[in-house]
Amino acid sequence: MGDEIMKKENKTLKIIIYILLIGYSLLTLFPFAWSILTSFKTTAEIVGGNSILPEQWSLDGYQTVFSSQFPTWIGNSLIVGIIVTVLNLVFNTMAGYALARIDFRGKNVLFGLLLLLIMIPSQVTMIPLYIVISNLGLIDTHGSLIFTTMINISYIFMMRQFFINFPKDVEEAATIDGLSRLGTFFKVVLPNAKGAVATQAVFVFMGIWNEFMKPLLFISSPDKYMLTQGLNAISKQYMNATKWDVIMSGAIISIIPILIIYILLNKYFITSNDQTAGIK
Amino acid sequence: MNSGHRQNLQGYSFLMPALLTIMIFTLIPIVYAFFMMFFKVDLLSGTRTFVGFDNFSKIFSDPKFWAAFENTWKYVLVVVPIQTIIAMILAALLNSKVHFSRAFLSVMFIPTLTSSSAMTLIFMWLFNNNGFIVNLYDSLFGSRIQFLTNPDLALAVIMTMNIFSTVPHFMIVFLSGLQDIPGSLYEAAAIDGANKVKQFLYVTVPQLMPITFYVVTMGLVGCFQIFDQAFIMSNGTGGPQNSTLTFSLYIYQLAFNSNDMGRATALAFILGLLIFTVTSIVNKLLNADKING
Repeated sequence: MGDEIMKKENKTLKIIIYILLIGYSLLTLFPFAWSILTSFKTTAEIVGGNSILPEQWSLDGYQTVFSSQFPTWIGNSLIVGIIVTVLNLVFNTMAGYALARIDFRGKNVLFGLLLLLIMIPSQVTMIPLYIVISNLGLIDTHGSLIFTTMINISYIFMMRQFFINFPKDVEEAATIDGLSRLGTFFKVVLPNAKGAVATQAVFVFMGIWNEFMKPLLFISSPDKYMLTQGLNAISKQYMNATKWDVIMSGAIISIIPILIIYILLNKYFITSNDQTAGIK
Repeated sequence: MNSGHRQNLQGYSFLMPALLTIMIFTLIPIVYAFFMMFFKVDLLSGTRTFVGFDNFSKIFSDPKFWAAFENTWKYVLVVVPIQTIIAMILAALLNSKVHFSRAFLSVMFIPTLTSSSAMTLIFMWLFNNNGFIVNLYDSLFGSRIQFLTNPDLALAVIMTMNIFSTVPHFMIVFLSGLQDIPGSLYEAAAIDGANKVKQFLYVTVPQLMPITFYVVTMGLVGCFQIFDQAFIMSNGTGGPQNSTLTFSLYIYQLAFNSNDMGRATALAFILGLLIFTVTSIVNKLLNADKING
């Protein structure tokens, strides 16, 4: 009897769980679906109507976007994004490896200092950083973005945690084979850290692709804009004319590259989050 | 060369790129910040005048500061609890042996991938005077609400957007925490007659405490620093009527519109101190709970 009730209760619960999950998924998808539909409408239809599907599928929005400087901005974001990601992967991984595996003097003090620096909000350094960048002559160059984002203490931390659990005998075998420490690192250690490196790649690329404040501070010429900045510029230009089809086309295009990377590296992405969470 | 020296050399050469970058672009600015907040700095004319605590006293007697203070607090107090609770519940739902959990997860993760600028524009379109939400509300209740130009509602739109885009990230953090909870705890609770809801409240929630601490801390830090959404929505003004003026946005305005870098740095320092204090208090509270429960 008791079992019967329990089973019935569980079944109702299962149904409720599915309803909630499907409901939240639909809620998540809705703004994106609505924006995609908007991007295919004509401006006249957007101003006039309540229609859900475009009455007349139009590519005007996308055409306007692509005939603007949008392609240049996508290119800027891609180039800066790729450079920053590669530099982060090499530098953060090397630093994390050293903090986990090499016994050098002052290691613990250094590690403590890095942890302290994570806690300082970026706003505190924002204005002095602007002055440093301007003294270095880097204002309105992509170098300003690359130099200030090419390492990330959080991922140094993540890589340290990863290498602490990394089997020692792999390295020892390589050292016996006569490889130098740097050779061991690039030929043996790095290939064995694929999962952690892939995670870092997704997060770092996503971070720079989506970064808004730094480009806003450092970059001023429209031909050097990053995509987020360009999107903002487009929206300012077309919002008063209620050309939401143009703005939504731009927004949708800006999401696609990061979505592709996420789908490709999805497998690693989620496992690695366990590690970030493990840090607590 | 003995082995100790070699280790030192190797260690520092591996760390060199990171240390140099941190030195130039983090440490120097921090030191510089401590110096700047006591000066009146005019970047255009290149003058620096020592003003002592004048920047701070100006800030505290500035009504715009108090507007930013109030907005940022409101923002934190609404967004952090809601996003933490939704993330935790969704994680528990996904963890309850459902089919297609991977598919649900992938779909729900999309808002976290989306840049704040694209997300803000999408939300502005939804809540625009001609947008879907306004039209929907009109057809249901027969009145048109102007979300983005109403000082009482503009901040709420940014709050909703922030919850929407942060929940998936924290959901995944909770999900990985849930997988570490031993199944025996649930079995014991089930034998004691606890149903699923009670198991969630008396097993899951307390067991997730360390993760919750992480999520609340990260949420607090993120919310106190909110900038992009407020900047894009108000076109940098913090309007309507300062209702979306946040700390970070005001720091930006002071530095780049008023050209008062010293005062902006002083305000950033206050923000840093505020974040640090609040995080420590939350840390104490949650840890106390953990020991008692």
